[in-house]
Amino acid sequence: MTAATARSEGESFRHHILTVLVENKAGVLARVAGLFSRRGFNIFSLAVAPTDDERFSRLTIVVDVESAPLEQVIQQLDKLVNVVSISQLAPDAAVERELMLATVAVDARLRSEIIELVGVFRGEVVNVGPDRLTVMLAGSPDTLDDLERLLGGYTIVELQRSGRVALPKLGRSGG
Amino acid sequence: MRLTGAQALIKSLETQGVEVMFGLPGGAILPVYDPILDSSIRHILVRHEQGAGHMAEGYAMVTGRPGVAMATSGPGATNVVTPLSNAYMDSTPLVVITGQVSTSAIGSDAFQECDITGVTMGITKHNWLVKRAEDIPRTVAAAFHVATTGRPGPVLIDVPKDVSNAQMEWYWPETEADLDLPGYHPRTEGDPAAIAAAVELMLRAERPVLYVGGGALKSRGAAALIELAERTGFPVVTTLMARGAFPDSHPLCLGMPGMHGNYTAVTAMQRADLLVALGSRFDDRVTGRVDAFAPGAKVIHVDIDPAEIAKVRVPEVAIVGDCRVVMERMLDALDAAGLVHDEAAVRTDRGATAVAGSRAAGRPAREGWWGQLRAWQREYPLHYEAESEGTVKPQMVVETLRDLNPEDTIVVAGVGQHQMWASQYWRFEHPYTWVNSGGAGTMGFAVPAAVGAKVGRPDKTVWAIDGDGCFQMTAQELVTASAERIPIKVAILNNAYLGMVRQWQEMFYAERYSEVYLSPDLPDYVKWAEAMGCVGIRVESPEEVAPAIEKANAIDDRPVVVDFRTDAFEKVFPMVPAGGSNDDIVVHPNQAGARVAQ
Repeated sequence: MTAATARSEGESFRHHILTVLVENKAGVLARVAGLFSRRGFNIFSLAVAPTDDERFSRLTIVVDVESAPLEQVIQQLDKLVNVVSISQLAPDAAVERELMLATVAVDARLRSEIIELVGVFRGEVVNVGPDRLTVMLAGSPDTLDDLERLLGGYTIVELQRSGRVALPKLGRSGG
Repeated sequence: MRLTGAQALIKSLETQGVEVMFGLPGGAILPVYDPILDSSIRHILVRHEQGAGHMAEGYAMVTGRPGVAMATSGPGATNVVTPLSNAYMDSTPLVVITGQVSTSAIGSDAFQECDITGVTMGITKHNWLVKRAEDIPRTVAAAFHVATTGRPGPVLIDVPKDVSNAQMEWYWPETEADLDLPGYHPRTEGDPAAIAAAVELMLRAERPVLYVGGGALKSRGAAALIELAERTGFPVVTTLMARGAFPDSHPLCLGMPGMHGNYTAVTAMQRADLLVALGSRFDDRVTGRVDAFAPGAKVIHVDIDPAEIAKVRVPEVAIVGDCRVVMERMLDALDAAGLVHDEAAVRTDRGATAVAGSRAAGRPAREGWWGQLRAWQREYPLHYEAESEGTVKPQMVVETLRDLNPEDTIVVAGVGQHQMWASQYWRFEHPYTWVNSGGAGTMGFAVPAAVGAKVGRPDKTVWAIDGDGCFQMTAQELVTASAERIPIKVAILNNAYLGMVRQWQEMFYAERYSEVYLSPDLPDYVKWAEAMGCVGIRVESPEEVAPAIEKANAIDDRPVVVDFRTDAFEKVFPMVPAGGSNDDIVVHPNQAGARVAQ
C-alpha cells in the first residue's frame, strides 16, 4: 500500500460529505464558517456554487467526523435560518470530483516527461511558459492525490485544489 | 400608504403588539426615534444600552412575550452584545433593533460604524441587515416569528440610516409564507412512537427522576408538569433555569440539582435508573464530570432543539418537540396505559411516601426509592450556620425576604454566591417568578432585569437580590427606574468581595486571594442609592434585617436599595468541585459527619 492510498483511505474513514442547500444571501457563507469555527468542527474542504434556482446556493462540505459526531454537525447546521436542507453522503455512496491546477518548474527534458505523466492521468496542460508548465486534472480526490504525489518528485511552484463537489451515486435501476 | 422606513419600523412593532421597548438614541438610529413620539409604544430611556438589553430580557422572562431593545450603531450596538449573548444562552426571546451607517458608507470605517450582524452572528438565533425600506415590515415580522417560535432566542435587525429615511409603501405580511424563511421549520409535535417508547420506560422505572429545565417554562408547561409528576409519582428536580416550574413545597419536589444543588437532588440523579429530561440540556453545571453523571440511568430527552439531543449525553429515547405538547401526549399515553391520577397519594405530607400511580397493577412500587430520597432529605437539608455572633448571614437575609414577601414575588438575581443563595433559600411556588442569568453568568444582570420585570408585571413585588460586585456593574439603571417611576427593590448582599471567586480561591487556590476584595464602604451604597433617586437603607446587624425589609416593602413610589452588610466568609454549600463527579459533592462542614445508607 502506498503512502497516498493509505492517507486517502484513512481520510475517507474520517470524512463525511454534506451537501447543504442555503439561501443565496449575503453573509450565509460566514454563518456556516462561523458555526464550524465556534463549535470546534473541522472542515476538510468547502465548495460553494449557485444552483439552477437563483434563490439558492449549494455548499459541499467535507467534514471531519472525528472532531464532532456527524449528527451534531448536521443538527447545528440545520439551526441556521438560511440553511434550507442538508443531505449527507457517506463516501462510498457518493460520486466525488475535484479539480487541481499545478504549476511545475521544467527544463526541456522534464517538459515532455511531465506532459506524458499528465496524459496518463487524462489531465491537460493548460499553460506553457519558458521554464514552467501549468497542468490541470479533474477527477476523484484519490486520483488527484496520486498525481500530486508524483508531481512532488519535481519542483512544484504552486498547486491549488478546488475542494470536492459530490452527488449521490445512482442506483443500478434508478434514474 | 407611503411611509418612511423609520415609520414603517415603528408601525411594524405596533402591529406586532409591542407595548414597551427599552433603548437609547444616537446618530444612526435618529430617524427611528422621531416616529416614537407619535407611537402607542412606551419607550424607556436607559442610561447604558446593556441595561436596555437586560431590561428586555427581564420583561420577556416574566411575561413570555418578546422583549424589545433599541440602540444606535457602533458602540450603542456593541453595548447590547452582552445581553444578546445572555439571552442566547438562556433561550430568551428578544428583538434588538440597531441603527447602522448609511448603506453607501458601510465598509468604509465610517463614524460609529460596526459590523454588528457579523459580531452577533454567533450569539443570535438569526440577524438581518435591512438594505431596502420595503423589506422592513417583512423583516420585523420574520424577526418576531424566529425569536418566539421553536427554541426561543434573541434576534437582531440592523437598519442603515438611509433605509430609515427612504420611502416605502406600507404592507404587512399576513401569512407565514410571506416571511421568506424557506429554511425555518421548528418541530413541536413529538414523534408518537418515541413518546410511546418513553412511557414504556417510565412505567418500568424503579428509581426515576424528572429532570426539568428551562424548556418547561418556555413552553408554558408548568401545569402539564404538575400533572405528569403527580400521575407518575416521580420526584422532580428543577434546574436553575426551571426554578418555579414546579412548586418547591410540593411533596414530589427535590429542589435544584447541579454544582450548588441540594444533596438529595444531585444524588437522586446519580442513583436514578431513569432520567426524564424535560427541556433541560445536560449543562456542565448540572452534570459535573459527564462520564460520571447518572451512570445507571437510562435517559429520555425531550427538547425542541434537535441539536441538544445527544450533544452531551446520548439518550435511550429522544423526543424532539415542544416540552408542554410532549408532556400532554405522555399524559394521554399514561391514560391509555391505565395509570390514573392518584390524588390521595400525592396529598400525603412531606414525611410520608408519595407514590402516586405506582398502585396500578404490575408497576414497580417505589417505596424503597422514596425511602432513600426522604432519608437523604433528612440527613442533608440545606444548611448554614445560623449562629452568627452579630454578623448578618446572607442566607438569613434571603429567608427573611422570602418570609416577609408575597409568595408570587418576582426574584431577580445576578451571578455568584448571592444568586445561588437566592435560588436555594427562596421558595419558588409559581412559574415566571425567578429571573436570573443562567448559562452566560452575566454579572450586572439583576438591576436592569428587575426593572424590565417590573415593567412587564407592575402588579407584582419585584426584589432584585444582588451582590456588591454585580451591583456596581449596572447600578446606573436605578436612575432609569427612578425617572420612569418603576419601584423595584434591591437587596445587596454586600460581603465586600467578588464572593464566588473568593470562595474558589479559598477552596482551590490555598486561600491566595487575588484581586477579589472590593470594600464594604466604597462606594457608599446608601448615598449612591439616594443620588439615583432611590431610598437607601443600611443593615449591619441581624436584628435590623426584618425591619429594613418591612420598610422597603412599604415604599411603592420609588426604588429602594438595601445594603445588607453580610458575613464575608460565608460559602455556598453544597458544592461539586468544577470538573469533579457529582458523587464528590461537598456538603457543609457541619454535615460532613452525617452518613446515609446508600
